[in-house]
Amino acid sequence: MSVRRLAKDQPATFEFSKDTLKKAQWWISKYPQARKQSAVIPILWLVQKQEGWVSEPAIRAIAAMLEMPVIRVLEVATFYTMFQLEPVGTVAHVQLCGTTPCMLRGANDLKAVLKEKIGPVMHRTADGRFSWEEVECLGACCNAPMAAINDYYYEDLTPETLAQILADFAAGKSPKPGSYEGRKASEPAGKIQTLTDPTLYDGSAAKPITLPNQPAKEPA
Amino acid sequence: MVGILEDKDRIFTNLYGLHDWGLEGAKNRGCWNATKDILGLGPAWIIDQMKASGLRGRGGAGFGTGLKWSFMPKEVKEGRPHYLVVNADESEPGTCKDREIMRHDPHLLIEGCLIASYAMQAHACYIYIRGEYVREREILEEAIVQAYKARLVGKNNVHGWDFDIYVHHGAGAYICGEETALLESLEGKKGQPRLKPPFPAGAGLYGCPTTVNNVESIAVVGTILRRGADWFSSFGRPNNTGTKLFCVSGHVNLPCNVEEAMSIPFRQLIEDHCGGIRGGWGNLKAVIPGGSSVPMIPAEQCENLPMDFDALRDLKSGLGTAAVIVMDKSTDLVRAIARISYFYKHESCGQCTPCREGTGWMWRVMERMAAGEADPKEIDTLLDVTTQVEGHTICALGDAAAWPIQGLFRHFRHEVEERIASYRANRPHVQGATLQAAE
Repeated sequence: MSVRRLAKDQPATFEFSKDTLKKAQWWISKYPQARKQSAVIPILWLVQKQEGWVSEPAIRAIAAMLEMPVIRVLEVATFYTMFQLEPVGTVAHVQLCGTTPCMLRGANDLKAVLKEKIGPVMHRTADGRFSWEEVECLGACCNAPMAAINDYYYEDLTPETLAQILADFAAGKSPKPGSYEGRKASEPAGKIQTLTDPTLYDGSAAKPITLPNQPAKEPA
Repeated sequence: MVGILEDKDRIFTNLYGLHDWGLEGAKNRGCWNATKDILGLGPAWIIDQMKASGLRGRGGAGFGTGLKWSFMPKEVKEGRPHYLVVNADESEPGTCKDREIMRHDPHLLIEGCLIASYAMQAHACYIYIRGEYVREREILEEAIVQAYKARLVGKNNVHGWDFDIYVHHGAGAYICGEETALLESLEGKKGQPRLKPPFPAGAGLYGCPTTVNNVESIAVVGTILRRGADWFSSFGRPNNTGTKLFCVSGHVNLPCNVEEAMSIPFRQLIEDHCGGIRGGWGNLKAVIPGGSSVPMIPAEQCENLPMDFDALRDLKSGLGTAAVIVMDKSTDLVRAIARISYFYKHESCGQCTPCREGTGWMWRVMERMAAGEADPKEIDTLLDVTTQVEGHTICALGDAAAWPIQGLFRHFRHEVEERIASYRANRPHVQGATLQAAE
């Protein structure tokens, strides 16, 4: 179990931005009317997008919005590890996957790069622009080792490419997410041997068909 | 030809994202073809076909999908609507197949949701996607908008079954892949599993009848019904039928996702599709064949191993999600399993004492064993503790934390013993010295 606490220093107030409010309403509309509470995770996420992290006043505001007890929102915010309970890097927050499949492919080498370039885990750089943490399996194991930077996945990393990505962020660029080994997705690198049959893509599959195994028609 | 499965029999024709994932592209590849005819044959026919296809749930447990659907009440009672919930909280270490479905073949999933919901008389479906899959969620949302615009889903759609489909997301909790924890999370609570019974088919989301299915189980439905249950069941061994997405990671030359026939021999899977083991077949040390929760198997058992539920169960392992983690001879197995133990310690929801306390305890002991800083007697203590966690918790996370450790000691106990011995060899005073308590 991961033990998580709210940050010591909290802002005095929190305001939803117009955009956050609009998106929050869209989420709430997805659930039955009496079940507004269902939207709590997506709305916490929107708040984190707006502020960079989840503060205590924000938790109270969400509780009021969803008409639920504050403690229930607090429970959710501390249970789910994607919610940052203290400020993280404003330019890039790196979530490095360190679980076994990534570890086997060299995640520990990437960790050394992050330690060198950013510093200890979950500490922001002096200018507040960068931070990093080790997270559990991000579900891109065929593209290991990888990291999620801000929202998107950077895959097939090496210490060199990761250092370059960090340098690009520092220089104000937005490095492209995806594979850094030239892969499109999770295909075997440079050696696609399946899904090469052109008839799969010529539209023949879209022609009208008769379904097999239909129940026998009753005799007239 | 590589592998066993031919291209014409693959379901996920855009697995690698080389083609258009949008509605036009999906239709061109056969998705949404004859969907109305399928619904026209009625829920009973659909469920019978799914049973006949032999499809076993692709989320890890391998329970018959058609059978699961048949547990739903036949009549919808006033005020108790039925729900379909799709489990897209893919977090099992090693598994990355649902991600490819959602970002490259989202319409197969949406079509499957419609058919499955109709078969279970549900008018609403929630897809619970893990919070980290931001790009995948964006694509899925876009695909759903396309489907609404084309009136394939929604109120008064062309298929004649009012149906709403919503995407919900989590925020980084492995436990939400457990079906009742997922429902709790979807209701806006902490993801702590519920006691069963009642099963979700009786009282699930908002207390209403609910079925929770894996993404892959739902996404294959349309194609199975279009091509016939007997087509699907012609692949693989009896009771282990169909095609399956395998995610191969770790020490292979070309890690990849690939759709193959069930029961494909392990060696063929690795050599045909993944460029072989790094350093050649002889360099293989051990394999975790179904995601981190299943016990590892040593190289000598892998030679003619069919990759399916029953063959792996017989080896006291499991197919799980078919996430194959390959480890070559350079691997420090103790360290690899210690890392998995840390994963379970981190992801335990904290509800049941044996798991909350046990996962942390097991991890700390594993860390010491990885360093060699342990007493040989502690191996048996550790194994004893794993059996006390296993089977004594509400959900299977306790089991999942215990099995990798048991698998390690079943096949590689000597490695740990050697490590402890070599650690002690240089330190004459270890004997009798107080070892750091296991807390």
